[in-house]
Amino acid sequence: MIALGRAVSLVVRKHAMAGLAPCAVAVTLALSAGPAAATKIERIVSSGGIEAWLVHETAVPLITVNFAFAGGGAQDAAGKAGTANLMASLLDEGAGDLNADAFQERLDRKAVQMNIRAGRDHIRGTLQTLSENRDEAFDDLRLALTQPRFDPAAVELNRAQILSGLRRQIKSPTDLAALRWWSTAYAGRAYGEPVGGTLKSVQKITIDDLKTYQHRVLARDHLAVAIVGDIDAAAAKAMLDRVFGALPAKAQLVAHQNVPPQGLGQRININLDVPQTVIDFGGAGIARNDPDFFAAYIVNHILGGGTFSSRLTSEIRVKRGLAYSVYDALLWYDDTAVFFGSTATRADSADETVELIHKDVRKLAEDGPTADELAAAKAYLNSSFVLNLDTSAKVASLLVQFQLDHLGVDYINRRKQKIAAVTLDDAKRVAKRLFGGGMLVTVVGRPAALASASDGPGTAAARVPPLLPAAIGGGDLH
Amino acid sequence: MSDFKLNNGLEIVVIPDHRAPVVTHMVWYKVGAADETPGKSGLAHYLEHLMFKGTTKNPGNTFSQAVAAIGGEENAFTASDYTGFFERVPREHLKEMMAFEADRMTNLVVTDAVARPELKVVLEELNMRVANNPGARLDEQMDAALYLNHPYHRPVIGWHHEVEKLTYNDALAFYRRFYTPNNVVVVVAGDVTPDEVKSDAEATYGKVPVRAEIGPRVRPTEPVQDAPRTVTLADPRVEEPSVERYYLAPSAATAKPGEEEALDVLATVLGKDANSRLYKTLVMDKGLALSAGAFYSDSALDYGKFGVYASPKPGVTLHTVEAGIDAVLDAVIQHGITADELDRAKTGLIADAVYAQDNQATLARWYGAGLTTGQTVAEVSGWPDRVRAVTAAQVQEAARQWLDIRRSVTGYLVKSLHGEESRS
Repeated sequence: MIALGRAVSLVVRKHAMAGLAPCAVAVTLALSAGPAAATKIERIVSSGGIEAWLVHETAVPLITVNFAFAGGGAQDAAGKAGTANLMASLLDEGAGDLNADAFQERLDRKAVQMNIRAGRDHIRGTLQTLSENRDEAFDDLRLALTQPRFDPAAVELNRAQILSGLRRQIKSPTDLAALRWWSTAYAGRAYGEPVGGTLKSVQKITIDDLKTYQHRVLARDHLAVAIVGDIDAAAAKAMLDRVFGALPAKAQLVAHQNVPPQGLGQRININLDVPQTVIDFGGAGIARNDPDFFAAYIVNHILGGGTFSSRLTSEIRVKRGLAYSVYDALLWYDDTAVFFGSTATRADSADETVELIHKDVRKLAEDGPTADELAAAKAYLNSSFVLNLDTSAKVASLLVQFQLDHLGVDYINRRKQKIAAVTLDDAKRVAKRLFGGGMLVTVVGRPAALASASDGPGTAAARVPPLLPAAIGGGDLH
Repeated sequence: MSDFKLNNGLEIVVIPDHRAPVVTHMVWYKVGAADETPGKSGLAHYLEHLMFKGTTKNPGNTFSQAVAAIGGEENAFTASDYTGFFERVPREHLKEMMAFEADRMTNLVVTDAVARPELKVVLEELNMRVANNPGARLDEQMDAALYLNHPYHRPVIGWHHEVEKLTYNDALAFYRRFYTPNNVVVVVAGDVTPDEVKSDAEATYGKVPVRAEIGPRVRPTEPVQDAPRTVTLADPRVEEPSVERYYLAPSAATAKPGEEEALDVLATVLGKDANSRLYKTLVMDKGLALSAGAFYSDSALDYGKFGVYASPKPGVTLHTVEAGIDAVLDAVIQHGITADELDRAKTGLIADAVYAQDNQATLARWYGAGLTTGQTVAEVSGWPDRVRAVTAAQVQEAARQWLDIRRSVTGYLVKSLHGEESRS
C-alpha cells in the first residue's frame, strides 16, 4: 500500500587503482540459522583496477549487474535540466554500428534486460541476462556505455516522449505537489530542477550537450558495481574490464555547495480541479554519514515508516479514515538531506489532515518516542533487513547503494549493532533535531471553498474509535 | 515443488527457494469482485480491508503488530476472481503466520466503530486510484462496455455510489459464505521444505472446520457480441490523448489447447516492447505515435482480454493512429507473423519464466492466480513448454479469431474544456 521514496545518496568512491593486485575480502552473512546458504559478498578488483562486489549464487541460471556513476541530474548544465535523463534514456537506443532498431533487436534475441536511468546524483543501471547469454549481454552493455550514437531520430523521439510525460505532469496532482516542493525547497539550486527537466529546458538540449555529458560523467573513477548470480570471480573480473575498461579514467564533476531545504514553515496551495487533494510535506533531514543517522532512521520509522502501526498511519488512516496512504521517508543526497512525506485526502479534509501531520511531527519533536515504540522500531528494522536479500535484483541494488554510501563490504554485519546502540535519549534528542525545524507543505486540489463539489460523502470527521489496528489495503485492481 | 490438500479441503503449494532465509506466505481465497451480489460492488475489496480488524483470539491489530515485530511485510489484494493476503517474513516465523491466517479465516470480529473509518479509507483509495486519474476512469468505462452480461463489467474497487452504501454486515455475510478452508489455496515460497510446511499446515489450517459448501463458480456468460462499441472520456486534465481497444478473449482456463500461448505470442509480436510491430510501425517508421503496444491478460476464470493502445504524436489525430493500429492488426490477420518474430517472441516469453525464478514472491503470485482461476499446478508449470510448441499458423489463427471488432470496445481519452464536463 505504501510507496516509499527511494533513498538516494551520494558519493565519491575512492579511486580504483590500476595495477592493484586483485584482492578479495569475503564476508559471510549469517542472517539466520535456517538452511538457506548465507549470502557471501566478495570484493573483487579486476586486473584493470575496477572494483565490484560479487555474490556468486548458482541456484538460478541468471546474472544481474547493477552499477552507478556519480552524476545524475545535479550535473546538468544551467538551463539544460533533463540532460542526464535524456542521455541515459538514449544509451540503449543505438550504439556502435547498430542503430536504435538494430540494438533493441539484438537485446531482444537473447532476452537481455537493460535499464539505465538518471537520478538526482547518479546514473544508475541494471543488466539481467540468462547466464548462457552472458557474453552477448556484456557486449551490449559495453556498447551502450562506451559507444552510444545519439542518432538524431532517436534523440528526437526520446525528447518527444519525455515532453509528453512532462505535459501529463501539468495536470497530475501528485507530480505537481512534488515538483513544487522541490522547486521551493531548492530554489536556484541544482536540486530545485526536476531530473526529467522542464518543457522549456528539454527543448534546448542539443546532441552536443548529450555527448559532453556522457564524456564528463561516464567514467571509471566514480563507478560502483555489484554482480549477483551465476558467475564466478574470475569471469566477473574479466567482465568488469570488458564492459567498463574502455571508459575514461576520470569524470569531470561540478562540485555543489551543501544546502538545507528552504521555505520551511510555508504552506503552498495550488488549485487543481480534482476529487482528491494531494499533500506533500517535509523538512531538513540528516546525512547518511552523520553520527545521528540511525537514530533519525528509527524516529522517522516511528512517525511514518513502512508498517501499518506508524503514528501517521494510525492517526490519519486508521482512526479517522482520512487517507488510504500516508508515509514519510528519509532521503539523503550528495549535497543535502530531507525527510519527505505524502498523503491524499478529500478537499474538505485537507486542512484537518495538514494540521494532524503538523501535530504528530511537533509531538514527536517535543516528547520523542516512547520506550516501547523505540524497541518495536529497532526490532522491525533489524529483522526486516533480510527481506531485501531474496532476489538477485534487490541484492545487487543494495550492494551498489552500500558502496555509494561508503559503508564497506562488512557493513551488513555491523548494521545490527548500529541500530542496537541507539538509546531512548538519542532518539529523543534526534527527534527534536530532525522534526523540530519546521516543514514546507505543498497542497494540490480544489480550494476549500469548493470542497463541497467533492464526490466523496460529505460527512464530518469520524470519531476516534477505541483501539485501532492498522489495516492494510490493497487492491490489485487487475 | 509440491502440491497437496488437507482433510478440510484446503490446498497447499510449496515452492522451495533456499537462497535467502525468507518465506513468502500467501493465502488465496477463490472469491472476488465477480462473485458479489449486483448492487454491492466493491464488497469483496471492503471485506479484504476489514480482514485486518482482528479476531476474538487476536483482537485489534495484534496480527499486524506481530508481523512488524518480526520485521515482516504484509498486505492484501483483491481481483475479480480472487482475494489474497500475504506475509513475507524470516523463515522461522512461518508457522506463527499460518496460525494467524487460520484464525482470521473464520473468526473475524468487526464492529461499527472500526468498519466506518475503514469505509472512508476505501473511498479514498478509490479517489486515489480512479477518480483522480482520467485514464483509470476510461478503463473502468471500457470494462463496463466490454462485458455486456458478465460481472467482469464491474470495477473491482466498486462503483462509488454503491461502495459508500456498503455495510460491515454485508461484508460479514459475504465472509461467512466464501471464507472457508475448502475455498482456499495457500502458497508458500521460500526457504522451506514441503514436509515442514505440511506439518505446520496440519497443526494450524488443518484445525479450521469447513463452514460452507462451495458450489461451482457459475457466472452469467456473454451473449453473441455483434456491435463494436466506442467510449470517449473527456476531461480537462487530459494533456496527452490516447486510444485503446479491448477485445473479448479466452482466459487461460477457457482457451482451447494452444490458444492461450498463441495469444501470448501474438501480444508479444504486436506490442510487448520497442521491437514489436505496433511500436516499430507507428512510432519508429510512420512517426504517428509516441507510444504503442499490446497486452493479453489471461489470468481469469471466465474471459481474458486482449488489448492494443497508442498515444499520438502532437498534431496527429486519434483516428489516424487508430487506423494505423488497424492496419498492423490486419496485416497479421492476413499474412501471419514471420519465423523470426515467432522465435524472438518465444525466447522472450520462456526467458520471462526463468527471470521469475529469481523472485519467490512472483512465483507465488503465478501459482496463486493460476490455481484460483481454474488452472492446475501442472498447467502453470507447463506454460514454457506449451509456448515452445506454438506455431506461426496458430498465432495467425488466434489473431483471425479473436481480433474481431464486433467483440471489442475502443476507448478514447481526450481533453475537454472546463465546463463541458459532467463530473470530475
